[in-house]
Amino acid sequence: MPQMNMVQAINDALRLEMRKNDKVVVLGEDVGKVGGVFRVTAGLFDEFGDDRVIDTPLSEGGIIGAAIGMALYGLVPVPEIQFSDFIFPAYDQIVSELAKFRYRSGGEYVSKLVIRTPVGGGIRGGHYHSQSPESQFIHVAGLKVVCPTNPYDAKGLLLASIRDPDPVLFFEPKRIYRAAKGEVPEGDYTVPLGKASVLKEGKHVTIVSWGAMVYEALAAAEQAGAQGIDCEVIDLRTLWPLDIDTIIASVKKTGRVVIVHEAPKSCGLGGEIVSLINEKAFLHLEAPPARVTGFDTPFPYTLELEYLPLAHRILPQIVETAQY
Amino acid sequence: MTRKKAVAEATPSRPAPPHAEPEGESEAAAHLLELYRQMQTIRRIEEECARSYAQGKIGGFLHLYIGQESVGVGALAALRPDDYVIGTYRDHGLAIAKGMPPRAVMAELYGKVTGCSRGLGGSMHLFDVAHGMLGGYGIVGGHIPLAAGTAFASKYRGDGRVTLCFFGEGSVSIGSFHEALSLAALWKLPCVFICENNEYSMGTPLQRTMSVEDVSQKALAYGMARDRFFARDVLEVEHRIREAVDRARETSEPTLVEVRTYRFRGHSMSDPGKYRTSEEIEAQKKHDPLNRARDQLKTMGKSEDELAKLDAAIEEVVRDAIEHAETSPEPGPEILEETTYSGPFAR
Repeated sequence: MPQMNMVQAINDALRLEMRKNDKVVVLGEDVGKVGGVFRVTAGLFDEFGDDRVIDTPLSEGGIIGAAIGMALYGLVPVPEIQFSDFIFPAYDQIVSELAKFRYRSGGEYVSKLVIRTPVGGGIRGGHYHSQSPESQFIHVAGLKVVCPTNPYDAKGLLLASIRDPDPVLFFEPKRIYRAAKGEVPEGDYTVPLGKASVLKEGKHVTIVSWGAMVYEALAAAEQAGAQGIDCEVIDLRTLWPLDIDTIIASVKKTGRVVIVHEAPKSCGLGGEIVSLINEKAFLHLEAPPARVTGFDTPFPYTLELEYLPLAHRILPQIVETAQY
Repeated sequence: MTRKKAVAEATPSRPAPPHAEPEGESEAAAHLLELYRQMQTIRRIEEECARSYAQGKIGGFLHLYIGQESVGVGALAALRPDDYVIGTYRDHGLAIAKGMPPRAVMAELYGKVTGCSRGLGGSMHLFDVAHGMLGGYGIVGGHIPLAAGTAFASKYRGDGRVTLCFFGEGSVSIGSFHEALSLAALWKLPCVFICENNEYSMGTPLQRTMSVEDVSQKALAYGMARDRFFARDVLEVEHRIREAVDRARETSEPTLVEVRTYRFRGHSMSDPGKYRTSEEIEAQKKHDPLNRARDQLKTMGKSEDELAKLDAAIEEVVRDAIEHAETSPEPGPEILEETTYSGPFAR
């Protein structure tokens, strides 16, 4: 089985689906001849030509708006937004039109597309190239939100996203684009949307995370293990619909939970998860659910490693939650 | 993709190309009679909509097309049945001209489950897959890039369909208008962008919101063909739009067409319209395209009796649509789940 990084795995999924389904088209800034700013679409232009791998102007609203129109007509567009920080010129299209087509047309029309976009910090990009806006899309009914953390899931989740009947935002953690490597099967397979993955079983504290911070959660769990705290680590994989059943099952077992995400704390997905835990497993809790997150500040250029909830910030919270 | 674009200068009114003209006097009269039927149906349905709105039977916002019917009816007469139409919140006229049943339109306005969008959208949400009606849109200008997308898809599939995209002159100052024209010209898409210039973006006249008076000039920046004319004669609208549609279908080139029109009612039903004088509105009503079409029909030999019979038949269609809407049930709350995602909610 070939070893791939995230970039290669996503590229493999796009190539596979484009070979299989001629309705799938890729569009975005520099995605064609250049192969994308992170080279995720490298080689697709040469194989599929300029009517399926489409270079666009710098025009996020136009890219997503046109992709919605293509989808209404039966194509399956996979637009790329170069950085998720650039998605806001298209926010109106995503929120007002894409998310609501099925509803406001009474099911007559569905606008099915997958928006791929790199997310999160880790490249010293400053606030225009580092943010984690996932909860701003989760808050909009009608969208699904996916965030893979390893090459196997990246390929399987992207293929599942392209074939899913609902519009999907596919956030690719840029910090681990090339750092996360692993075996990826050749050929077709999918990883189902809406299913979290338990990366490590444990009995004392549940850690819920997604994106690049999953690796920090695993590192912190290992350090906690050395202190006799046995952590269970859950990688959400799909952020919405949320696999709350997996979270609740784990919390009922451990009674203690720490949620880790890069996005600012307030109104982040972590807050929603805490509320659901309170609603569904309140009497099982042995400690207050805790969050280790980015700060409620702009994403900093200079202080990136302070801002990110890295293992050295997660570990003390695990200990505190375990000892509560 | 950087081929030189043909630029058609805005031209004065001229006779229709011979191939577009119905042959023979009786055929020409029958054709105009059909366009009159559509315009009168839209006019009467909307007058009744206004009444139902005043009675509280239609909620939300209601934007009437009254006065502008010749634009939608004339333009859509130039289309093939499988062509696409996408419009603004002022979409009742387009929906009916596209062939959607008045029952489905009226029931949607009433929020009834028999409506074209199952009563979930209302006035600004007239969708119909079978008739290629891609809906009304409530965010000004937000739908214009979608038209570039549908036109891209028809070019990609090579099925020869054309997309007609309608918007008001108030839309052309928003970014999505420019992003859409930029893409359509760059990719040579079979799309006709029709700006219905009714002189007011809600309550503010054009000269206070735009630095130029000729909206069609916006096409120049994109190397796009353009046209500009008044909508007082529905046949003139049809002929001029047909030129743009033919260009789209035959050479896959987009056009920006500015059609100068006037709405006789407020922006919406909640608009008292104090920004216009009654003299101005009365002067505009002298150019009512419906009266003009009716006069033309008489000149072409249609008798008053014949027209009165048609009007009576239209009244029956309108009455039936209202009765259907009033007696249809509202959707139940269970419909929300199945129309938000393809499956049940996440939790």
